[in-house]
Amino acid sequence: MSTESFDTPTSARSTSETAQYASPYSSYSEWSQEEMEMEARREFPLEPRQLSNFLGWFSIGLGLAEILAPRALGRAIGVGDHPAIMRALGVREITSGLGLLSQRATGAWAWSRVGGDAMDLALLGAAARNPDANPQRIAMAATAVLGVAALDVYASRELSGRELPATDEVVSQSLAINSTPQALYAFWRNVENLPRFMAHLESVTATGDRTSHWIAKAPAGMSVEWDAEIVRDDANEGLAWQTVEGSEIQHQGTVRFEPARSGRGTIVRVEMRYVPPAGKVGVQLARILGEEPKVQIKDDLRRLKQLIETGEVATTLGQPTGRRSLIGRTTLGRRMQ
Amino acid sequence: MKAVCWQGIGEIGVETVPDPQILNPRDAIIKVSSTAICGSDLHLYGGYVPTMYRGDILGHEFMGEVVEVGPGVTNLSVGDRVVVPFPISCGNCYFCEKELFSLCENSNPNAHLAEKFWGHSPAGIFGYSHITGGYAGGQAEYVRVPFADVGPMKVPESLEDEKVLFLTDVLPTGYMAAEACDIQPGDTIAVWGCGPVGLFSIQSAKLLGASFVIAIDRFPERLAKAKQAGADVTLNYEDVSVLSTLKDLTGGRGPDACIDAVGLEAHMHGATHIYDRVKQAMRMESDRPGALREAIVACRNGGTVSVPGVYGGLIDKLPFGAIVNKALTIKSGQTHVHRYMRPLLERIENGEIDPSFIITHRIRLDEAALGYEVFRNKEEECVKVVMKPGVEKPTGAHVH
Ligand SMILES: [Zn+2]
Ligand SMILES: [Zn+2]
Repeated sequence: MSTESFDTPTSARSTSETAQYASPYSSYSEWSQEEMEMEARREFPLEPRQLSNFLGWFSIGLGLAEILAPRALGRAIGVGDHPAIMRALGVREITSGLGLLSQRATGAWAWSRVGGDAMDLALLGAAARNPDANPQRIAMAATAVLGVAALDVYASRELSGRELPATDEVVSQSLAINSTPQALYAFWRNVENLPRFMAHLESVTATGDRTSHWIAKAPAGMSVEWDAEIVRDDANEGLAWQTVEGSEIQHQGTVRFEPARSGRGTIVRVEMRYVPPAGKVGVQLARILGEEPKVQIKDDLRRLKQLIETGEVATTLGQPTGRRSLIGRTTLGRRMQ
Repeated sequence: MKAVCWQGIGEIGVETVPDPQILNPRDAIIKVSSTAICGSDLHLYGGYVPTMYRGDILGHEFMGEVVEVGPGVTNLSVGDRVVVPFPISCGNCYFCEKELFSLCENSNPNAHLAEKFWGHSPAGIFGYSHITGGYAGGQAEYVRVPFADVGPMKVPESLEDEKVLFLTDVLPTGYMAAEACDIQPGDTIAVWGCGPVGLFSIQSAKLLGASFVIAIDRFPERLAKAKQAGADVTLNYEDVSVLSTLKDLTGGRGPDACIDAVGLEAHMHGATHIYDRVKQAMRMESDRPGALREAIVACRNGGTVSVPGVYGGLIDKLPFGAIVNKALTIKSGQTHVHRYMRPLLERIENGEIDPSFIITHRIRLDEAALGYEVFRNKEEECVKVVMKPGVEKPTGAHVH
């Protein structure tokens, strides 16, 4: 391979993709602040990030109320006068709220909320046996806490599964495809087909029987390039490839094509590993891989399945839409429209 | 072109948007001649289905004329008049090969979203939130139809739109719900909800040989239509206790099969209804399953509960003990419309079914906002609203 390509690891590259993703309604100016806020209230949060933000602010709000107005809050929910316990609960809420908002290891913080919810429920139960407690209000408060607890459990499960992985970890995915190992092997062995279903790749060019030059897309029209080589080639069964020695990026991948049971097509199993270097290239690579390499590889496999089974990749990019809101434009981006 | 757009919870508007283009080889563009508002569109309207975005074009019940085909579509020509099934199905995957078209593995570009909610993704659906693909729908002058070589079915010129439009969803949905009941001679079937799906469930149950069909609703005009569809008895749940009347009518045994054609916005009485309303309003429970709970409790031992009604997420207080201890079978699913279109078209052609009896309102496309409001509030005895893009004044506008 030539080392030249890594002298300018990030070349400015205007891709036609960016143009395609721009909505015909990209002028935001006609929107008043009020309208946008109204939108924000109406549309549903999609991403667990937004959910964790919501839970975070909810925790902080509740925590502040517990610390600043323990008696009023106690009366409102009918548990009676226990300012010390209330304040302790407030500290717990704020801690887990800040943890959620800091977005590091959010899964653990969300689970700390679940723990907190259990504590709240236990306390409400204890308060219910207290003579100065109002049973009706406690029941209402318990229902509210139960609902929040359900949301907490949901968010924790979502977030736990999706924390930022160490980029050098091996990511594996598999998908059943209605085709033969032979056909799938032949499709994959022609490495120039890879960008047709691997969304982060702009192009792969064969430079020899086993060698190829890869260009990956990065945000803002930038790109990262490297050379790779097939290191294992089992006809109709599988392939393994890796970046050639001296590359700034280390990338390894294997794919296996296993006949599924009872003739139900082929199970395609992929394992990939990227070891980014420190510095600028590393940052670019992390951006390319996104926050969820596992999800991205699964989506790549889905596109492969669509191509092989139907001859095309299902899409809505380029279809008409009515006037989008700010949220719609920022959330519905590359993936959907 | 003009298209009906979701503009927020409880807000529908007709906007001018770009015309759809062929995006994939197997696409076709249809010029819409008739399109209906579905009960499930009301769930989107009311904000009960997540992943809706302002600007989404609604509508999954539509038909019209082919005006453009991609190079991969060889069975359709420009000028063909077609009805289009609401699920988008590739025809090539494991599920399509088994004729489970609403479970197509290849038509939802947002499958990752659906997997988060449900574990696996169903097929893409026109105009039905981003969790089922975010496809622009057919309440518009034109619509792009993916996998047009698999879905759209040509219909004979001799049959007017109103006779074949409901092959896109509600007629096959009612039919599949009745078919799921595995009706035997002598069977009694109870149907909760006499909207379009309930009415076609009643009609189909009779066609499939049910001896006795009981229809349950609270609107007299809908119960009258249930009679028209073939119901032997109608129950207004505001006047009678449904559970004890059903026992009474079946000698204590209960209906052999129960069909919940109501879905997630059930209207019921008493404390559990308030409980569900509150939880749903606070987004703690997405679905309000009053009819489903009652159907499960009413169903006879070893019977079937068939659920064509739409549920999207979580429900509370489901009497699962009744399901286990009475050995009930639960059948559900989005309709595999492709499977039923041709046999049901035959029944329409030979006069066994005339689905147009459910239509109460015919309006222009730009009257969509009013149509949604009237339908949601069940004003003017509204059961089914049909919109005719391109027609200045549909005959029988606002006439029932
Ligand atoms: Zn429908
Ligand atoms: Zn399919």
